[in-house]
Amino acid sequence: MKTFSNTYIFVFSTVMVMLVATLLSFVAEKLKPFQEKNVEVEKKLDILRSVDIARDIEDIKDKDTYVEEAYEENITKSFVVDATGELKEGVEAFTVNLKAELAKSAEERSLPVFVYTEEDGTEIYIMPLEGKGLWGPIWGYISLEEDMSTIYGAIFAHAKETPGLGAEINTDWYQSQYLGKKIFDDTGNFTSIRVVKGGADPSDPHAVDAISGGTITSVALQEMMEECLGNYVTFFKNKSN
Amino acid sequence: MKEREPLFSTKNLNLLREPLNDSNPITVQVLGICSALAVTVKLKPSVVMAISVVAVLAVSNVVISLLRKSIPPRIRIIVQLTVIATMVILVDEILQAFAYDVSKQLSVFVGLIITNCIIMGRLEAFALANKPWPAFLDGVGNAAGYGVILIIVAFFRELLGSGTVWGYPVFEKLGLYTTGYVNNGLMILPPMALIVVGIIIWVQRAKNRKLIEEK
Repeated sequence: MKTFSNTYIFVFSTVMVMLVATLLSFVAEKLKPFQEKNVEVEKKLDILRSVDIARDIEDIKDKDTYVEEAYEENITKSFVVDATGELKEGVEAFTVNLKAELAKSAEERSLPVFVYTEEDGTEIYIMPLEGKGLWGPIWGYISLEEDMSTIYGAIFAHAKETPGLGAEINTDWYQSQYLGKKIFDDTGNFTSIRVVKGGADPSDPHAVDAISGGTITSVALQEMMEECLGNYVTFFKNKSN
Repeated sequence: MKEREPLFSTKNLNLLREPLNDSNPITVQVLGICSALAVTVKLKPSVVMAISVVAVLAVSNVVISLLRKSIPPRIRIIVQLTVIATMVILVDEILQAFAYDVSKQLSVFVGLIITNCIIMGRLEAFALANKPWPAFLDGVGNAAGYGVILIIVAFFRELLGSGTVWGYPVFEKLGLYTTGYVNNGLMILPPMALIVVGIIIWVQRAKNRKLIEEK
C-alpha cells in the first residue's frame, strides 16, 4: 500500500476541511431565506391553531398563502407588555425571541401577546410558551378568554421528545384536556395548570392528566406554563378588572 | 490496449441488482435497521428518507472513489466521515428549505444518516477500491435496496396502522370502518416495523433459496 508522509496528511486534511466548510456555509447562506420563511409560517400556524383556526390545514394546497391570509384576517392585534402589565412601545410582538427574554431578569422581559377577534367582537388573548423538555426544547401557545383565566385553546410542540411518550403533548387528546380549565382560582390567585400523575379529577379546573411514561416531559410542560404565564399575571389581573 | 468496459455491462448491472435482492442491506446484511424502524410509520417520510439516502450514498461513493488514490489510508475513515457528513448536512438543509413538514417528521433521522452503517460500509468496502462509475452504481443499488424495504414496510404500516396510503384514506373510502374494522394501533409503534421486516426476510428466503445457509 502506498504510504503518505505526515506533511501530506496534514495538508490533505486542511484542504479538505476548508473546502467542506466553504461549501456548507455557502449553501446555508443561500437557503436561509427559505428556511426562515418556513419557520415564520409555522409560527403563524401555531398561533392560529391555538384559537382553533386552520384545523383543516392538511387539505390546503398552498399552505403558505393560506396561513398568511388567515393570520392577517384573524389575528387583529399584537403587542408587547412588561412584567407590570404595561404596554412596551417599539417592540414587534412577532419577532420577540421568548427564549432570550426568559433568560433576562423578570423586570426586563418583553412579553408578546397576540389578539384574535371573533366574529362577534370577543377578543381572545394568545400567549406564547417556551421551555425545556426531556431531550430538547418544548413550546406552545395558550389562548385565554376575556376573563383572562379560562383557557380557550392550547397547542404544544416539541423538538425531540420520545415518540409515544413525551411526544404525545402535541396530540389532540392531550391538548384538548386544557380547554375550559382556569389558570386563576376563585380568590384570584394564579394557580396555572397542574399536570397530575395517575389522573386528575375531571372536576378540578386547574389540573390535567399527565402522560404515562412521559413524566419528565409532563412536568416540564407544567413548569413551562407556570413560568411563562406567571410573567403575565399582573397584565391578566389588570385586564380582567 | 484493454477494451473499454460498456457502461451497463452485466458486471455493472449486477452492482445495481444484487443489493435489491441477494445482498439487500436490510434483509440480508441487516444494516441500517434503526432508521428503518423509526421513519416507516408513514409512506411519505419513508420515500423522502429513501431518496435522501440514495443521494448521500451515490455522491459519497463517487467522491471517495475519485479520491481513492490520494486519500491517506491512515485517515481514510475520517475522510469518509467528512464526505458523508457534508452530504447529509446538504440534504438536511435542502429539506428544511423546501420540504419543511417532512424534514420535521424525519427530525433527527436525516442527521443520523451519517451513522447508517450501510453508507460507511459501502465507502470502505467498495468505493475505496473501485472506479467512480461502478461506485456510483453500487451506491444507487445499495441505497435503493435499503429504500425498497423502507417503502414496503411503510406501506403496510401506514395502511394497517392509519388506514391510509400516502395520506389518502383508503379504508374509509372502501367503507371498511362501517363494518366494525379498527386500525391496528400497534402498527404505528416501532416493534411492528421489526416484525414486518422479519416477515419480509421470511418471504424473501422462501423465494430465494440461495440465501438459506447450509447446515
